[in-house]
Amino acid sequence: MTDLLAIAGLKLSSRLILGTGGAPSLEVLDQAVESSGTEMVTVAMRRVDPGTEGSLLDVLARRGVRVLPNTAGCYTAADAVLTARMAREALGTDLVKLEVIGDDRTLLPDPVELLDAAEILVADGFAVLPYTNDDPILARRLEQTGCAAVMPLGSPIGTGLGIRNPHNIALIVESVSIPVVLDAGIGTASDAAQAMELGCDAVLVASAITRAREPALMGSAIADAVRAGRAARQAGRIPRRYWARASTSDDGRAEF
Amino acid sequence: MRVSLNGTACEIAEGDSLQEVVASLGRGARGLAAAVNGEVIPASQWPSYRLSPGDRVEVLGAAQGG
Repeated sequence: MTDLLAIAGLKLSSRLILGTGGAPSLEVLDQAVESSGTEMVTVAMRRVDPGTEGSLLDVLARRGVRVLPNTAGCYTAADAVLTARMAREALGTDLVKLEVIGDDRTLLPDPVELLDAAEILVADGFAVLPYTNDDPILARRLEQTGCAAVMPLGSPIGTGLGIRNPHNIALIVESVSIPVVLDAGIGTASDAAQAMELGCDAVLVASAITRAREPALMGSAIADAVRAGRAARQAGRIPRRYWARASTSDDGRAEF
Repeated sequence: MRVSLNGTACEIAEGDSLQEVVASLGRGARGLAAAVNGEVIPASQWPSYRLSPGDRVEVLGAAQGG
């Protein structure tokens, strides 16, 4: 059975997008890419180190994964738009994971700047995947702006606190018809499974894999969790009940 | 003539193009983008793009993160 993720005009068989931040070395990152089975990997744009050739891109090219540039570290719409345009020029892709943060303690998105930047980039022909708050109304506004997906956070970047407001994630899934990618906050495999059970189309994971004690093992664990959560969502969970309900019939019960 | 290259003051020859300034970083042009004073300059224009004193040049490439 093929169950492809359709996102930004692409069809991907893996619903796990990998972030590259936090990996202690390119070797570890390479192993995480392989073990996670990811087909899309996000990279930041930074001032080049004189003399070092683009070995990160070489690693990703060898693995045949698609590169999703991001605007990590931008605090204003203007900076994010310029960074996205430079990423397009450098990497030859219209895809951008749009990140506009409000402060460096929470790294939470600045919704006003985010929406401004999304409008400009959509008009400029980008396929915009915005990292956004877990706010269904904002998600809808981003969809109306023409974004290719929304990427709500489970909890602040790098905290590993999981999905703090699962109800809002469920509301976002019901509120928009573009793909929903749970981004940020995943700490371990069960968080990724929960995101998929809530109806997310994919998850983006960086720190939980790259900073795990065994990144390659966590990469495969989270890939399994994404598949399990997706299957459980499609299978349809039973409703929650207050009181117990016997699974065994009373018919034929002995009376001693 | 003095310009700023990735935040560092940098002395370049009069008439140096953006191409030469990017090349001074010691790596190929592959996977890089350049902006001058907040404006992206496509790689195809680097050879003919003449810098002026005080120009702020940013050269970015893909890095781990996000």
